[in-house]
Amino acid sequence: MLDAGFFAAWVEEAARSVLAGKDRLTRLDTAIGDGDHGTNLDRGLTAAVQALADHRPATPGALLVLVGGTLIRRVGGASGPLYGTAFREAGKALGEEPEVSPGALAGALEAAVDGVRSLGSAAEGDKTMVDALAPAVRALAQAVREGRDVREALDAAAAAARGGAEATVPMQARKGRASYLGPRSVGHEDPGAASAALLVEALRTVAARW
Amino acid sequence: MVGIVLVSHSGPLAAEVAALAAGICGAGSPPVPAGGTEDGGLGTSADLVAAAIERADEGDGVLLIPDLGGSVLTARLFEGPGIVVADVPFVEGAIAAAVAASAGGSLEAVLAAAEEARTFRKR
Repeated sequence: MLDAGFFAAWVEEAARSVLAGKDRLTRLDTAIGDGDHGTNLDRGLTAAVQALADHRPATPGALLVLVGGTLIRRVGGASGPLYGTAFREAGKALGEEPEVSPGALAGALEAAVDGVRSLGSAAEGDKTMVDALAPAVRALAQAVREGRDVREALDAAAAAARGGAEATVPMQARKGRASYLGPRSVGHEDPGAASAALLVEALRTVAARW
Repeated sequence: MVGIVLVSHSGPLAAEVAALAAGICGAGSPPVPAGGTEDGGLGTSADLVAAAIERADEGDGVLLIPDLGGSVLTARLFEGPGIVVADVPFVEGAIAAAVAASAGGSLEAVLAAAEEARTFRKR
């Protein structure tokens, strides 16, 4: 079972991972966006870690809602509302349970991706974070259904997220800032998909040592 | 009166469109600009949008008019009872909405007026 401490550790690991990958995210975003994705997400996750240090909610649901609200207010750009919505929807789906099962985690992440799809009107293949998140959530749900433990299930999710992000390279962007570039968006990994993969990989990293 | 909030990546752009709409309408409360980040840079601030909605809300509903990208997503986070996002051109939609609002139109009427601005032809 996963408690609030697990989710707080995830947010800390995500912040570390985005800080370490900040220059790469910025390079990807400079190629097809406005070059601020790494900086923006680093700022937001740093603020989220600080918010949890100031006051850590007792339940995973409340913790993720707090992180979502912080990301909405501090990330800016389009990724603030999108990641903020993802965390808030995941938190709402978890309700007030003090501990959640891998199945409940899979359900919460499905709610997160639905929230991102709905807010951004994006589908898979549009070259967005959905291209990393949707396969990750499918892989996680399937692994849980097959009865695999949370580490194995999150291994599968992280691999699917990374694969999904890499699959955005040949795509032409249909949503977001990169869509203004048309065919020139082809040949670059989508920065939102790349950061989404980092967040899912952070979840796997934390589960491996939990 | 229906409130109008202009959500833009740029503080000066939102402020100037609000001033233009107010100048054209004359009467009533002017649209409230919510552009740029809190430190005055380019971007959208959810906190500035929340504060602008509060200022614009006189109890008859609030229409949010975003420009593009992150402004649209930020505006959509605030959708709810009495708060509607207009899918309209920023300048033309703001002016059409401001005219309808200052004439005392309902939220539905102000939204409809803004949406008509999508079809204004220039030649």
